[in-house]
Amino acid sequence: MEELIKQLEKQIIEQLNLEDLEPEDIDPDEPLFGDGLGLDSIDALELIVLLEKQYGIKIENPKEGQKIFYSIRTMAEYITKHKK
Amino acid sequence: MPFVIETYCHIRNNRIFRDGKLIFEAPDADLKGFLKSAYKFLNPGHAKFYKMDELSKLGFLAAEVLSPAFDRELPPEETAVILSNTHSTWITDIRHQETITDEDKFFPSPAIFVYTLPNIMTGEISIRHKFRGENAFFIFEKFNPEFLVDYVNQLIMSGKIKACLGGYVDQSIDGYEAFVYYLRSGKNDGKKPEHTAGEVRKLYEMNNEVKKEII
Repeated sequence: MEELIKQLEKQIIEQLNLEDLEPEDIDPDEPLFGDGLGLDSIDALELIVLLEKQYGIKIENPKEGQKIFYSIRTMAEYITKHKK
Repeated sequence: MPFVIETYCHIRNNRIFRDGKLIFEAPDADLKGFLKSAYKFLNPGHAKFYKMDELSKLGFLAAEVLSPAFDRELPPEETAVILSNTHSTWITDIRHQETITDEDKFFPSPAIFVYTLPNIMTGEISIRHKFRGENAFFIFEKFNPEFLVDYVNQLIMSGKIKACLGGYVDQSIDGYEAFVYYLRSGKNDGKKPEHTAGEVRKLYEMNNEVKKEII
């Protein structure tokens, strides 16, 4: 799980062009949206693409997004459970 | 009442000029590296910059260079952003196309797609500087100061705006350039150029030596 979290931190920085950040700057339990990393709605769409492109996971129910993308740890847990 | 060009910026050949004077250069960098180092030099503290496409970054940086001259006393709706270019968002369009060409790797990127309209650049600048006046982007075969000057002067004469960020920001496979100026109605100390097509063309052609060599 910890390895996957580190990988996700790197992928998110790259995919979302968060060039000011290093992986170690991101707290895996911090909220990705709102007060945490301050991501926006376009970033949310990029995260959906990232899950599909890197892990082959398609989110069928958009309502799940809020829970899956709460933090990097919740993303990692979802990937571990659903990776094909 | 005269319409006066208060200040202007050229970004060409990895150099940034304000009012004709070189303020920054990164001669050995590629465009991505140049834009990043220019951002760090200007230090506007606007992390959204990193998410922009190169065209928007060019416009954003030019506006940032000119921003100390912006009249902050004006109501937000009295400053317009009227920009133009020749190649629209061609380079970003190509990048977007690359994400959708291969059926087996069909992953269109929302972050790229949103920049496939050039007026996103005028939006980025307007948001950054809280301008809420007229916002428009025009595409011409080549730089067209006659149209731009007429358009902006009409806006000022109609009483809708008192200041404007205008100019030309272009990127193609052959290169890039930005020429952006800030004009204000009602003040002239006699030393600043008036907002006429002739003056705008003259300013545009300053610091243009590299482009002339290419032509």
